[in-house]
Amino acid sequence: MGCERINHSLTWDSIDPSNQKLTKITKVLTDSRPIRLKGRSFLALTLTPELPLEGWLARLDDLASRSAGFFLRKPVVLDVEGLEIDRARLKELIDELGRRGVRIMGLEGARASQLGADMPPPMAGGRPGPDFEAPLSDPGANPEKPLASVSPPEPQPVRTPSIIVNRPVRSGQSVIFTEGDVTVIGSVASGAEIVAGGSIHIYGALRGRALAGSMGDSSARIFCRKLEAELLAIDGLYKTADDIEPQFHGRAVQLWLEGDSIMAEALV
Amino acid sequence: MGKVIVVTSGKGGVGKTTSTAALGAALALRKEKVVVVDFDVGLRNLDLVLGAERRVVYDFVNVIQGDAKLAQALIRDKRLETLFLLPASQTRDKDALTADGVERVIGALKKSFDWIICDSPAGIERGATLAMRHADIAVVVTNPEVSSVRDSDRIIGLLDAKTAKAERGERMEKHLLLTRYDSGRADRGDMLKVEDVLEILSIPLLGIIPESTDVLKASNLGTPVTIADSRSGPALAYLDAARRLAGESVPVTVPGEKRGFFGKLLGWRAA
Repeated sequence: MGCERINHSLTWDSIDPSNQKLTKITKVLTDSRPIRLKGRSFLALTLTPELPLEGWLARLDDLASRSAGFFLRKPVVLDVEGLEIDRARLKELIDELGRRGVRIMGLEGARASQLGADMPPPMAGGRPGPDFEAPLSDPGANPEKPLASVSPPEPQPVRTPSIIVNRPVRSGQSVIFTEGDVTVIGSVASGAEIVAGGSIHIYGALRGRALAGSMGDSSARIFCRKLEAELLAIDGLYKTADDIEPQFHGRAVQLWLEGDSIMAEALV
Repeated sequence: MGKVIVVTSGKGGVGKTTSTAALGAALALRKEKVVVVDFDVGLRNLDLVLGAERRVVYDFVNVIQGDAKLAQALIRDKRLETLFLLPASQTRDKDALTADGVERVIGALKKSFDWIICDSPAGIERGATLAMRHADIAVVVTNPEVSSVRDSDRIIGLLDAKTAKAERGERMEKHLLLTRYDSGRADRGDMLKVEDVLEILSIPLLGIIPESTDVLKASNLGTPVTIADSRSGPALAYLDAARRLAGESVPVTVPGEKRGFFGKLLGWRAA
């Protein structure tokens, strides 16, 4: 069962010989093929400057002096929510941080008037992560391991996260759960979408879009009671309704990824 | 306290205004006190369908802005004395409706009417969301074709998310009113069948209104179809739908098929 390729990072040596012919054909046909779009999340260190900035910078210098390289190779986001400074002063602050080796990758909570082409891009939708532990105040305590200052995440019970949606997913609604599996008890309407980091289980008709393994999990699967989907995707590889073999239409089906092909099988 | 019904669909031209007028008149025929409220500010039509266009002095927006009292804006129907219209303003747009103003007016209407039927504008923007905001019951008007069904599905999603009832964590009662149904064309596969629409939308059926020239005729005369010719197919279907809204148990029939057969198949139950 062939499917559209939307991966640009593929190299020829990585192709399984049995698949080569198929890929070659597709390559000829699709110079304008869409680029594979994938999500990736990083844990960014967030700095929240406080007024007066001179005092805050002094405290930052104090922290940096305790641990050279604390900010090295860490993405840093500047949270300026509620910080009453204009664009020029914000630029100055970013330059000051730059002189200290702190590179700002984005601004969170910035007003439009504070942003500009020469400023880091605005960021939104950040979620709290585990705290970064500041280096100890005693400079001699751990001098040889300055980078080991990220505290380990809280120990959590090991389980696969999943959510259950207990009613039909209507047109225009999307259920996005990148952390794990999504189970829907009911149908997914035309124009609705389910995006899951893991597998998708639909106890009803799938008429909308289902995107499983969206964070790069090629072992994710899609299960549904009745397949009438507009689009199916696993790990960034997709199939539109037209590409789905007609014999699976309206049937209970499971879909998975084998190499670069989405495979389907009717469930009895 | 009166019950607030929103007649909504997402898609335009499927019969919201016709259904609002027909159901309003049908409930008023039962001697219940009914007000139909036009939320389509800027594109009002309900006054025409009710034949009240030349009697509009004050409108919904005037009441919201405090230029007129509610009693001044309400127009009593000439044929049914328990049927009233709160017209929309034709010279304004949807932004003239404020959330506070709508809440105040609906609250006041609930005190003096048994039924408040809100005729929603098409779309999913401000006018439509304000029309559904304070509803207790939603009547989702759908034509048996795919675009209408998908738009209705979208509206059902909004009814479950954006209404005051949903925000209080309560369940919004939703009913499907299938309009312009032609069983012959459905059998030939030219339009969706009742079962298909019900399967996709999965909400209970309030009624099936047959496609008929009587509907257009009544609209042009400015008479709700339920009082224009109460023996016509659409009128009978709307009268039955109104009885179901009022809580009676009436089997649903598919126009053009033997009465009762389908009713047994589907049954009628409140959501």
